Amino acid sequence: MDFELTEDQQSIQQLAKEFAEQKLASTIAERDEKHIFDRSLVNEMGDVGFNGICFPETYGGAGGDYLSYILAVEELSKVDDGMGITLSVNVSLCAGPIMAYGTEEQKQKYLRPIAEGKHVGAFGLTEPNAGTDAASQQTVATLEGDHYVLNGSKIFITNGNEADTYVVFAMTDRAKKFRGISAFILEKGMPGFSFGKKESKMGGHTSITTELVFHDVKVPKENLLGKEGEGFKIAISTLDAGRIGVAAQALGIAEAAMAHAIKYSKERVQFGKSISSFQVIGFKIADMAIKIDAARFLVYRAACLKNAGKPFSKEAAMAKAYASDVAMEVTTEAVQVYGGYGYTTDYPVERLMRNAKITQIYEGTNEVQRMVIAGELLKDKKKITIV
Amino acid sequence: MEIVVCIKQVPDTTEVKIDPVTNTLIRQGVPSIVNPFDKNALEAALQLKDKYGANVTVISMGPPQAKTALKECLSMGADKAVLISDRAFGGADTLATSNALAASIRKIGNVDMVFCGKQAIDGDTAQVGPETAEHLGIAQATYVSRIDIKGDTATVDRECEDGYEVIEVKLPVLISVIKAAAFEPRFPTVKGKMKANRAEIAVWSAADVKADEKKIGLAGSPTRVSKIFSPPRRVQGIIINEPTAKENVTVLLDKLAEAKIV
Repeated sequence: MDFELTEDQQSIQQLAKEFAEQKLASTIAERDEKHIFDRSLVNEMGDVGFNGICFPETYGGAGGDYLSYILAVEELSKVDDGMGITLSVNVSLCAGPIMAYGTEEQKQKYLRPIAEGKHVGAFGLTEPNAGTDAASQQTVATLEGDHYVLNGSKIFITNGNEADTYVVFAMTDRAKKFRGISAFILEKGMPGFSFGKKESKMGGHTSITTELVFHDVKVPKENLLGKEGEGFKIAISTLDAGRIGVAAQALGIAEAAMAHAIKYSKERVQFGKSISSFQVIGFKIADMAIKIDAARFLVYRAACLKNAGKPFSKEAAMAKAYASDVAMEVTTEAVQVYGGYGYTTDYPVERLMRNAKITQIYEGTNEVQRMVIAGELLKDKKKITIV
Repeated sequence: MEIVVCIKQVPDTTEVKIDPVTNTLIRQGVPSIVNPFDKNALEAALQLKDKYGANVTVISMGPPQAKTALKECLSMGADKAVLISDRAFGGADTLATSNALAASIRKIGNVDMVFCGKQAIDGDTAQVGPETAEHLGIAQATYVSRIDIKGDTATVDRECEDGYEVIEVKLPVLISVIKAAAFEPRFPTVKGKMKANRAEIAVWSAADVKADEKKIGLAGSPTRVSKIFSPPRRVQGIIINEPTAKENVTVLLDKLAEAKIV
């Protein structure tokens, strides 16, 4: 087993680190405070080519591997995890399923502009009454001649009204339940496609979360993604991949919190000594480091499995659940290291703690991740071996 | 258009310290970077490439590890990189360095423009660029902040202490570039990084560039560094600006007396 990153992986990691430090760091506190989704920064991120890392050159990508992309999400998230999730949604949730299930025409038309950083993508599955229970979709698509007509709405959509391209799920045959769900590619500006409520959130202020509303939206037949009835399969496999991105976001948040805690504990003097010299603080830092390293290797393993084309559903769920729990624990402890100052918005750990929470919730709550893991382990008797 | 950009790998001087005992730079553990002014020079060259189309070759004289700096330039968009590396080049002062660079630029051949940063942040001499132009027998424009090309003529803004000169110069020309807003180095791209990782960087020896051995390296260096030291910090001057000449003189005399000069 080789724990070394390749030259390309190191280069992309370094590039993302420099981008975060040079382009994102100076404004993150203000953008967080004022809830600013900065499209010009998202475009700059696109120009550098982060959206295209893991897509083939034939579709405007760089032909790199999945871990390189995950490293970019992690590095951006250390400074601005809103940018991390924007990237993850572009790549994993929107461009990803088009790459996996799209026709050649769909890939050239919709994947290429995302990979080239010109377009932003979004993913619409969740509805007010269909969260984890995705098969309770109320959004309906009816075939009428050469197009489908979509009616319904989607909530909590990351990149919401800022996206250009949307992968949206709707019922084409309610009788078939989850086998009656289909996936569609929608464009911003299609008549009848509008945006509802913009969410006001505890954290994640630099990413945007909006409701999508469909009122008799005519979607050309050629915008059906995959086959009719394949929607549920597409959604589940897309979320498997997306979870590695969320896990990388959580990892970046945790790493940033630990780095701040280390720095502050060396500067803060009490009883004539830096608080880092107190064992209780040292042990907190050590525990953070242990958990972060464990999370990191779960995340990287899931990315490598996906890249190798091997099954990774269980491993992605493990990475997401563990890394996000670690992010919550580490950011909470980092605030504790800072004491009263940590609770103020003058220091970054307050923001990191708020932002960590969502990683335990979106793209499947951590309870769902445990269902996925348990389901994999318990479904097949033949696989069980007792050591 | 054939453009050559001369770059130098330098220690990141924001992190350099001087050993108080030996008075030499402590280079250990100090990261190496592309000389920042050279990045401005590369940006200027890449802008001409974007506008008019050009083949941009980056060259650097240095040890094998300077390939890292050349790769960074490739990731920004340079087409080709050449490392000029040979033990015979070692110990070069600015004259010997410029001789080696001029020989390499001659080997590339038919070069329309040579770019370099106004100076390197480690040596701060600002001599290598102008010397290289002299060896090549071409025109030079130094401290440039804007470039416009029409046919075989470049019109440039040349920064001076109290303003700027607008000068016209015929190609081929060597231009040294300052840290101008217009030449803010572009951010590298993912594709650029990956291309740079796969790029073959040619390494040219003294023999390859047909350098005169008496004009390069230690042998070709008429200057010697006898000592490096941290200069004592200069105290900021003060301006006496009282309403009348008489009051000015009084304040001045008081100050001089205070300093025991009078």
